[in-house]
Order: sequence, then C-alpha cells, then structure tokens
Amino acid sequence: MRWGEEKMIEDLNEKDEGFIVSASPHIRKDISVEKIMYLVILALMPTTVAGIYFFGYHALSIIILSVLSALITEFLILKVRKKEFRMDGSAIITGLLLALVLPPTVPWWVPVVGAVFAIAIGKQVFGGLGQNIFNPALVGRAFLMACWPVLLTTWIVPFGGADAITAATPLGALKLEHITTPSIQLFLGNVGGCIGETSAIAILIGASILLTLKIIDWRIPLSYIGTVFLLMFFLGQDPIFHVLAGGLMLGAFFMATDYVTGPITRWGRVIFGIGAGVFVVVFRLWGGMPGGVCYSILLMNAFTPLIDRYVKPSPLGWGKKERKIAEGSK
Amino acid sequence: MGDPRYYNNKSHKDDEATGGMMNRAKKFFWNWNIVSKGVSLPDYKITEYTPIETINIPDIVVIHLQQHIGAPNETIVKVGEEVKVGQKIGDSKSFVSAPVHASISGTVLAIKKEIHPSLGRGSTAILIRSDGKDQWVKGEKIRDLSEKTKEDLIKIIREAGVVGLGGAAFPTSVKLSPPDKIDTLIINGCECEPYITADHRSMLENGERIIKGAEIFMNILGAERTIIAIEANKPDAIAKMEDLVDKFGMEKMSISKLKTRYPQGFEKMLIKTVLNREVPLKVTGRPGLPANVGVVVQNVGTAKAAYDAVYEGKPLVERVLTVTGGVKEPKNLLIRVGTRFSSLIEACGGFRDEPGKMIMGGPMMGLCQINPITSTIKGTNCLLVLGKETVKEEEETLCIRCGSCVEVCPVNLIPTDLARYARNRRFDLCEENYIGACMGCGACSYVCPSKIPLAQLIGWAKDEVGRRKND
Repeated sequence: MRWGEEKMIEDLNEKDEGFIVSASPHIRKDISVEKIMYLVILALMPTTVAGIYFFGYHALSIIILSVLSALITEFLILKVRKKEFRMDGSAIITGLLLALVLPPTVPWWVPVVGAVFAIAIGKQVFGGLGQNIFNPALVGRAFLMACWPVLLTTWIVPFGGADAITAATPLGALKLEHITTPSIQLFLGNVGGCIGETSAIAILIGASILLTLKIIDWRIPLSYIGTVFLLMFFLGQDPIFHVLAGGLMLGAFFMATDYVTGPITRWGRVIFGIGAGVFVVVFRLWGGMPGGVCYSILLMNAFTPLIDRYVKPSPLGWGKKERKIAEGSK
Repeated sequence: MGDPRYYNNKSHKDDEATGGMMNRAKKFFWNWNIVSKGVSLPDYKITEYTPIETINIPDIVVIHLQQHIGAPNETIVKVGEEVKVGQKIGDSKSFVSAPVHASISGTVLAIKKEIHPSLGRGSTAILIRSDGKDQWVKGEKIRDLSEKTKEDLIKIIREAGVVGLGGAAFPTSVKLSPPDKIDTLIINGCECEPYITADHRSMLENGERIIKGAEIFMNILGAERTIIAIEANKPDAIAKMEDLVDKFGMEKMSISKLKTRYPQGFEKMLIKTVLNREVPLKVTGRPGLPANVGVVVQNVGTAKAAYDAVYEGKPLVERVLTVTGGVKEPKNLLIRVGTRFSSLIEACGGFRDEPGKMIMGGPMMGLCQINPITSTIKGTNCLLVLGKETVKEEEETLCIRCGSCVEVCPVNLIPTDLARYARNRRFDLCEENYIGACMGCGACSYVCPSKIPLAQLIGWAKDEVGRRKND
C-alpha cells in the first residue's frame, strides 16, 4: 500500500463533521403565523381609520379598549394555563374585529366585557389559537347582543359627535320604515351602523391586500357575497343594496375567512360561503333583527367540522373512474 | 395503449387539445387545475450558464453495490484484482436491478461497508484505487438500431447498468419492459427543483445524444410519439431541443413547454400536465404505474446514458451533476460515479463560508449528508451546500388551519390532518385518508406558516403504514 492509503480507507463514517442533519425540504417559504396576523391587521387599517373618521374619538377609544382588553385577557389566561404568551397578533385581531362590529355609541365597559368574553370563552376555553370552533370576535358580539340588546342597537349618524341624534341603520330603515339608502352612500360609508362595517370601499381596499398576497381564499367572499346577491335578486330585493348594507362586506372578507373556524378544502370553503349567504338572506328577510351576518357566520362555524369531514378532494389517480375500475376488478 | 379503461380518449390526438374551442377550453382547464396546485419556488439556478466541466479522475472511487431501487448486487471481483473502466464489478440475478461497473481503472483496494448517501447507513461498497491510466473496456458499438432486436437492446441497457438519473435510480431496463402497451414516451427535462442545472446543461451540450437516446427508448417501447417536456424557465434548452428535433427529422417527437411549477418533474404530475391522464393509485391491489395509462417517463440524463450504452458501448460510469450553493465556484461537473463529495467540493474551490448542511439532491427533496467522505452514486444529480447562516432551525407553532398545505398538495391530500394523525399514531386514519398517494414532494412543509414538519411526519407514517401491511 502507498503512503496515506490506510487513511483513505479508514472508517471515517462515525466521525462527526458538524454538518446539520434534518429532513427535507431544506428551504422554507418566508411566511409565519405572525406575518399573516400582522398583514390582516394592516388590511383592517383602512376600515379602522374610516370608522374613526366617521364616528369620532369615541370610536377610537372603543377600539383601543377592546384591543387592550383582548391582549390582557389572553396574557392572563395563558399565564394561568402555564403556556408561553406570544405577540402573534391573533388577540389584537379579535379585539379589533370586535370593536369594528360594535355601534359607536356603546359605553366604555361594553368593549371590555365583550373582548374578555371573546378571548376567554370564544378562544382559550377550547385550547387557544387554532383550536376554537367559533370566531372569537363574533362570540363576543353575540354575547353582548344577548345581554345588552338596546345598547348594541343604538345608532348615530356619522360626524355626529358624542351627543349626536340617534338614527337607524340602512337595513333597519328598510325593514322598519321602508326607506332605501342610496348605494353610493353605502359604498363610501356615510351612513349609520357599526364602527367598521359602514364603508365598503375601506373594506375592499384592505381585502385587496389580502387577496393579492393570497392570505385569504377568494372562494369564501365570492361565494358568500355571490349567494346573497343572487338570492336577493331572485327574491325581488335590491341585490346591490343588500351586498353593501350591514356587516356583509366586513364579515365576508375578514370574519368568514378566519382560518381556524372555516373549512380547509377549496370546495368546503365554497359550501361555507353559500351556507352563510343563505342564512344572511333568511335572517334579513324573515328574521326579527335587521342584521344577521354575525349569526350566519357563527352557524356556519358550527358546520365546519362536518364540511371538513365530508368534503374532501379525491387524491390524484383515485377519482371516480379509477375507483370504479378497481371495484370492477375485485 | 396501456389499459384503455383508465382514459376515455379514442385516440391520443384528442388528449393533446390541438385546436377547436372545446379542446382549448379543456386544455386551459387542466392547465389551470395543475398550475393552481403545487408551488412556485425561487429559482437559485446560479450555474445555469456554466458549461459542464470534466473533473480530474479521482485517486479513489467508492462504488456502492446498491445504487438503484431493487435487489442489491453481489461482488464479482476480488480485493487486489486489476479492473478497467467499464468492467462489471457487481451484478444480481434479480430482474429489478442494475449492475455496477468500475468507473476508473486500477486495483480493487477493499470491499467493505461505507456510508451510503441515500440509505444513510453503512452499505457494502467496492473501493478502487486509480492507476492513472484510464483504460477502458472495449464495448460493442451499434451503428443502426435495426441491427438489434428489442430484447437485445433492453439487455444492452441493463448490462450497462443504466438507471433513472433523475434521482430515484429505478432500473431503466425494467421501465422499458412495461406490462401494458405504451403509446407515449415522455422525456423529462423539467428539473423543477431549485439550484439544479445538470439536466439543463446536458440538454444544451448533449442534446444530440438525448434525442438519439429517446429514439432508442421509443423503438424499444413501440411508442407512437415522444414528448420532451421542458419548463419555461429554460428557454435556451427548449430552442436547442426544437432545433435538434427538426435537424434529425424526428417526426414523432415534439417539445412541450410547461409552466414552471414545483413538483412538475414528478412522473405522475408530468403525465397529468402533459397528457391529462391520471396514473391510478391502485391497480388490482398494487400501486399503479405510468404504464397503466400507456406512458413511460424517462429523464433526459437517462436518455443520454442509453445513447452511450447502445451507440458507444459505454456503461454508466459517469454522469453530470451540479455542485452549488455555499461553494466558492458553483459548477456543473462531469464526474465518475463513486467520486467522493470532498473531491467535488475541492473541484469547486472548497466551501465559501462555514458549511451548515451538505445535501445530496435539491433543496426540496435532497438528503442531508453527514460526512464529505461519502461518495456519489448514479442517482446523484446535485450536491448542494447551505451555509451555516442560512440554515436556521425554525420554531414550530400550532396549526392555524390556514389550508396552505391543502392548497399546494399536488395529489389532493390534506397534509395537516395526516400529520396530526401521524403524531397521534393513528395509522389507520392515515391509510383511510390515502397517505399512500403522497409523493413526498415537501411542498406542504415549504408553505406551512407554522413551520410544522408535515412532509417528514407524513413520510414517516407512510413508511409505517407500509411496514404494518407487510407484517
């Protein structure tokens, strides 16, 4: 043997060379839960700013109180549960969304109670982020609606200030007084209603960010709004009015699209949207209250596990044809 | 034409959607369907314009006996024996196997366990020391394909040890003896993984051989046509191959330009994109094969290897691979099979920064190597080095059910559910949800915002399901 040859064939396999070993893939997309959450918050900013613009500083204080209460509740509960608290932005979204679906006239303690309930009962009881069945912000609103219905249905006209005259929402006006609000006013948001749901254009600006970045699936808002539009059209109502009025826009783009409480498959999401749309139409036309977006989404949240269980795409190479042949050859 | 039950088309002309509104709509729909699945990855093809360079013959090569999917080979040389380049040194009687050959001339130094780059454990290998002469065994050269029968050609390809060079290393001779009638041969020039450019450069520099090799396959299979599938990010390769097809007057050959998408280069995906045929998941209890739908897919590198075997009498002892990432000069190299990774890295000027990971294969499906002394095998298409800074372990968080993994899964599975079942050791649920369809492309792990190792969990559960079935 030549010099050095022993070294060449020596068993070097066991030697640790310090290379990292991990399973593939070795590259990951530059995305994280935090990034998604903060992008959603960014997308909600036009709506938030529009709400403050129309309804003044009281709206701002409602938003701040709601977000802070949500964050503090999340922090405390996680502390009790001995889990690590992460500023992943999910509690901020819950607080923000809750504030956006409250009327601008509610006293300061309403958003606080709502946010605490939303985080504690709507989210943490189920096990925290990713485990809840119902959209936490809507759980909070449903709770407030059940306890203080009068406070939650007292509306003011925009630019009214603290002691403004009360006014009906466009949907309420239609239902109770048969007055139709012009669509352009609804589109811009210069009407009575919840802090965040009056301005369709602000919602669309934010939603376009999320749709472009593919953070939310276009199938849910399209099937949701599309169902309401078509059903209202065939039932002889003004479909454009019904799409723009009330909380439908905000609900379709920011609440029905909540990952945790919606179906996971493409067709499941379409079914979710259609179902929610049908509920909205039923509540608006035959229900006791003018709105219905909140309850339509909560109801469909309850259907989500069922949809996920039965709506699954067939794997590649195992469609109807292949199954039939496999059964035939048995 | 394969098993006609699996596709309704009366003739193959229908499924290519050559004209007419309906056909165009059909083509658009299936393109959309396929492109809407999978992921678009960053390219990182840094060696795209680097011509293939032949590296010096190494002093020592390590020829693993198991370099393919199938039965392992047995040694047919003794320690101390003189061998020439191309001499068969390991063979098996089994049908699903391919022999191995000496890739340098010299002396057999040892037959011992060496670390295997893809099995990840010690595996018997033959070590050969070079005598520096590079003497080749003279093989039989065939001038015209009509000289030989199909069976003879398959035998030549088997004896030359040709395996699929796209990475999986399935014996080519087995693929060329399909159970069903084949109407279409697809030559895979997709190279959908980032970083790798070996096939791209091969198409540019060895295009003639690839076309001729494809012709051999077409003759053996009796296929009616050949489609060379290349992704749109290689316009020069597409132009080159189109020129060559015209030049050789290959009437039955055509080029299919595909949208760049991962994991398009996978056999089943490619058949779906190019022909809109789905390889059945199961056929009478066994996993379905492309041959069941009348298709055989071969990599461009395999076509070149078949050319070398048939027209030049050269067994598979060298191949083109890409050495890229954290090395000083990333290159495309023509190497002898069995060259150690350390020699490749040396040929590329050494590590650029402190290396963190050394990967055989691409960044999506490649395997981590623990030691640079490990040697290349026939299926090694890339050696990727990732610097220590770029390799960061990301903390896993809870699933938020965003559906990204479902959105990208090319075989329509629900990766997050499967991974959860795997964690809970519910292999029955895994099986119920068709875990066997998973190709392990890793697209789900790539997109997961919660950084859950979905592909790893699913891969493990898939193995476990298979193991339990066999028991």
